[in-house]
This record gives sequence, structure tokens and C-alpha cells, in this order.
Amino acid sequence: MSNGFPELLDIRAFSIALDDGFTQIVIKYGETLEWIFLPVLKMLLGMEKALLWLPWWVVLLGLTGLAWTASRRWGITLAVAALTFGIGLIGVWEQAMATIALMLVATMLAVLIGLPVGIGMSRSNRMQTTTLPVLDIMQTMPIFVYLIPFVMLFGPGKIPALLATIVFAIPPVIRLTNLGIRQVDREIIEAAQSFGASPLQVLFSAQIPLALPAILAGINQTTMMALSMVVIASMIGAGGLGYQVLQGIQRLEISKGLLAGLGIVFLAIIFDRIAQSYGRRVHKTLKLED
Amino acid sequence: MADNSSNQIRIKVENVSKIFGPDPKAAMAAVEGGMGKAELLESSNHVLGLHAINLDIRQGETFVIMGLSGSGKSTLIRHFNRLIEPTAGRILVDGEDVLKLGKSALREFRRKKISMVFQRFALLPHKTVLENVIYGLLIDGMAKPKARERGMEQIELVGLGGFEQHYPGQLSGGMQQRVGLARALATDAEILLMDEAFSALDPLIRHDMQMQLREIQARLHKTIVFITHDLDEALLLGNHIAILKDGMLRQVGTGAGILIAPADEYVARFVRDVNRARIVTCGALAEPKPIYDSPQAASGDSGWVIISDGHGGHGLMRAGSKHDSNTSGIEAAITIDASANVEEAFGALSRRDRPLMVMSEGRISGLLGWQTVLRALERSNEAEHKPPLSN
Repeated sequence: MSNGFPELLDIRAFSIALDDGFTQIVIKYGETLEWIFLPVLKMLLGMEKALLWLPWWVVLLGLTGLAWTASRRWGITLAVAALTFGIGLIGVWEQAMATIALMLVATMLAVLIGLPVGIGMSRSNRMQTTTLPVLDIMQTMPIFVYLIPFVMLFGPGKIPALLATIVFAIPPVIRLTNLGIRQVDREIIEAAQSFGASPLQVLFSAQIPLALPAILAGINQTTMMALSMVVIASMIGAGGLGYQVLQGIQRLEISKGLLAGLGIVFLAIIFDRIAQSYGRRVHKTLKLED
Repeated sequence: MADNSSNQIRIKVENVSKIFGPDPKAAMAAVEGGMGKAELLESSNHVLGLHAINLDIRQGETFVIMGLSGSGKSTLIRHFNRLIEPTAGRILVDGEDVLKLGKSALREFRRKKISMVFQRFALLPHKTVLENVIYGLLIDGMAKPKARERGMEQIELVGLGGFEQHYPGQLSGGMQQRVGLARALATDAEILLMDEAFSALDPLIRHDMQMQLREIQARLHKTIVFITHDLDEALLLGNHIAILKDGMLRQVGTGAGILIAPADEYVARFVRDVNRARIVTCGALAEPKPIYDSPQAASGDSGWVIISDGHGGHGLMRAGSKHDSNTSGIEAAITIDASANVEEAFGALSRRDRPLMVMSEGRISGLLGWQTVLRALERSNEAEHKPPLSN
């Protein structure tokens, strides 16, 4: 090396070995993996199709109804309705539906995987100490780095985009599930145990309900992070609003990028409001400080 | 507070020790080798929580474990239902070693036999009062309608009727602890553990709760283990009291017994400011005396003696007095019940110079003179100069 740093490791050989090894994996298991993730792809495409098949006003009513159930407040409900209407107004409805589908499926899978991992971490200090650094790496590693192996395995398309999104978005739900359960009052856990509750009964009757506000905050963050991945994921074929932004960059069209960007902002506000107001209501029922 | 000392032993704690730290077994060996608490902490960073505790808790009594914070009392009570595992020793409940129970047997034991009330109530905030009360029943697999019925009875018992659909957060501290008590009573467990159950309540409410507990106990005759740092509470509720300091038992006995004869300096300082006259019973101070058939028979004795008139009546006489007639010198005995406290004897003692005859369930248990009373109420002077209690 030019600066005289001693070559203690043979990095080139390491790189070749890693690249070759991974290529072997792709050749050997690529098809199997693709087959495994076929149902996920079908679910994603199905949801996208369904959202597009539905008349726009049904989607609008659905989101508005969701906002009302979650918040029971007129202000938030009206804001959600207006923003959904706005998405159609600025002409990115179709792309927004694709983005919503990707975001929802990614969030759903992230929660499905993240909840059990978080619960496991809360029950075992060893699992916590080994998992936390992994989560740190997942959150600090530049996102583009994930794209490489996923694209190699599946080729550009919706599946690698979905998986990269999940990897990027899953840490908050894991962290906050773990934290929420660990913060439940010890005496309440002891009370449940003292009445002969089994570990599972303690988990479902006391720990999860009391950790719910934290878990919901985690799910909310995960949703937001999944949404923030859409632009990057569009580089490997996720489509949707992100692809519009990408096209805006490639063609140097300010308007295209701006409108799609606005659409993303609208979506973020809609889902954040719904999730947050629901979290607040759960918090209230737990504390009942009225 | 009936004395239940004749009843069978319900919980037997044998030589229980608890050490907190990375390697309790090794530390235990060191402690058995004679190492003290401070030394152990210094040398190996282990905390000696409890050391060689022995207790017998009898059926139907309220057994109070008393100590200041850090004395290990909350650790000790958690051993009874194995929320904490001891490092050494045995705990027998109805003769069965609790420590040998497997996981499911332990759950069964907790569901049926033992229940607990917590200092900060430990209610589930997302469940209603009724749902909290029937928590233990549902855990045990009881059908909901039956559990609700049972739960409503308990809610009525603790005086919370009408509040069953409220959430804990909507209730005051005293009401929340009533829910905690109802929840513990609902499973019909015979043993009730109460961990500083009333300490978080303000004084008036605390007194109400103490009275309510006594009332409930008079009806249900549970075996209650009650933890407190409050001596007045201990004396009010406890049939027996164990005093714990730094993880070691200092004294076990009845409230009066501890007040009259504190085992050591620490206990003496602890009980110094208590109004003994209201706690100590006449029965505890009565001096047993032989009962003589005639004044002549008592001539060898000294002081006041009891003379039977042969028809079931009794009189008092100063032994060795100069009277040799059969009846003169014998005075009518004033009786007082053994369960009366000393304060109630003050009036009778002050009016005559002769002692009172203390009766326990129709039998004479002895004489009580004013000298004895004064001696019992005296506070040792040495204690006055000691620094205040430290933990």
C-alpha cells in the first residue's frame, strides 16, 4: 500500500472468496429461495392489485374509517381524509397504492418476525447482548449494501426490495418490544406469578398488554422506516412512488420528483397519525388518569 | 387476638439463607465458615440477604415479620411462594417441602394454597376491578360465570360493591388495596402473604384496612404472614412477631413477650417508644402462685398468696401475717381477665394495695401486683442515651 500500512490481511483473497462463495450460494439455492418467497410475492402483488381495483373513494373511506376507529377525533379523521384525497389530486394515486402495498406487507412481516424476537430478547439477557449489536449494525450499515446480496439472489424486482425494506425497518419493533416488556413493573409480574400463572399466561395477561404502548410506538417507527425505504427500494424494482422520484432524477424533471415526494409525505402523515393516535388511546386505557 | 399456640404448624422455615451474587453457593460456604455480611460484601461482592432463618407459623394465626428496609423481610416472604429461591435451607408448608415442587406442582401450589397481597397493589391496569379479582380463578381454569360470581362475593366482602366495572386507575390507594385483598381472598387459599400491604396508604386509611383485615381474619381464620416496618401495625395485627435485622432473626415471640423481654439491645431500642400498657396483657404479667386450702398451709410462703375457701371461691392473704384465726386476714380477690391490657388494670390496682387475680378461661393464672406492672412498663435508662435507630 502506498501509505505503508502493513498488509496483515490478504483482503483481496478474502474478497474473492466471499464473492465466489456467495455466487455459489446464488447458483445452488437461488431457485429454492425464490420458490420459498413466492407466496410473499403473491401476497404483495395481490394487495397491490386489490388496492388498485378498488374505486378511489372506497380506499379513501377505508383510511378515514381507520383513522376514526384509531383516534375517535374529528380533526385527525378529517386530516387523513383530506391527505388521501390530496394524493389523488396530485396524480400519483396508482403509484401510491403500490407503495402502500409494499409498506404494509413489509411492516406486517417485520412485526411478525420482530415481535417474537423482541419477546425472546426480553426473556434472556444473553439473547439481548447478542442481538443488540446486530440491530446496531443493521441500522448503521448503509442501506445500499443490503441491496447487493438481495439483488444477486432474486434479481431486480419486488422481492429483494421487500426484503431489504424489512431488514432496514425491523430494528425499532424488536428494540421497543424488548424494552417495553422489560419495563413492566416487577411487582405486577410477581403478582401474576404468585397466582400460579405460567410463563405464557404472564406474557399474555400482563407483559404484552402493559408493554403495548411501547410495542405500538415500535410498530409506528417501523412503518415510517419502511416508507422511507421506498425511494431506495425503487432502484431495484420496487416501483411505486419511489420509482417516480428516481425517474425525476434520471430525467431531471423537478415536477415529477416533487409530486411523488409530496405523495410520500402525505402517506407518512396519514399512517403516522393513525398509528400514533391509536397508541395514545391504548396508553390512556392503561393509565386512566382522568 | 386469640392465642392459637395449640394449633398445628402450617409453615416451617428451616435454616433458610439467601445470598445474592454471581456465585451464591461458594459464598454460602464462606458464610458457613463464619464470614459476616460486611466482610462477604467486601471480599466477594455477594450480599447476604437472609441468614439461617428458622420460623414456625401456625394454622390460623397472623404472623408478622418486622424489620426496617434492607432487613430482608420482603426477600423472606417471597420464599414462601418461591418467587425467590433460597440458597440453603428448607421451607415446609403442611409438611411438604416447597422447594422440591416441580414447575407445574409449584403453579398448582400457588393457585390453590397460597396467595399474596403487594405493597404497591400490583393490579393489572387494563383490567376492571372484577377482572382483577377473578384473575387467579381464571388462571386456575375456572369457568367465567362461576368466577364472576365468586369475584362479586369477594368484592362485597371488602366493601367495594358497585365498583366492579371501574378500572384500578380510577380508585384511591385504599380502594386499590381492597381489590388486591379481594383478589388474594378469591382463590380461597388458606395462606395469605401480605408484603407491606398497608404501607403505601395514608394513616387513616391504613387504620381502616388494619381493622378490616382483623374483621375478615376473625371470620375466615386464614394463616397470614404479614410484613411491615411499622411496630404499631405489628403489635396490632400479629399473634406472633418476628424481628428481622440485616437478614437475621433477632427475636420471635408474642407482641407482649417482645415488649416485656426484648432479646437484645436492638430489639429493646426498637420497642422503646411503644405504649406498653396498651399492648401488654395482664395474662402476660401474671405471676403463677400456688393455691392453698387454708391460711395455715400458706404459712411457709411469703408475699400475697391465694387461699381457696373450699367452695370454688378464692381470697387473698399476705402469707406470714400474724393472724391465726381461719378467716381474718383473707380479703376478697378482685379478678381481671388475662386478655385485658395492663391499662385496664390501672384503676383496680390504684384503689387497693393488694394484687389482682388474673383469670384465664375461668381458671386462675396468677396474681398481678402493681410492682410487677411498674417494672414491666419501665423503660431502661441505658437505652435513652443510645443514638437513634439506624438501619
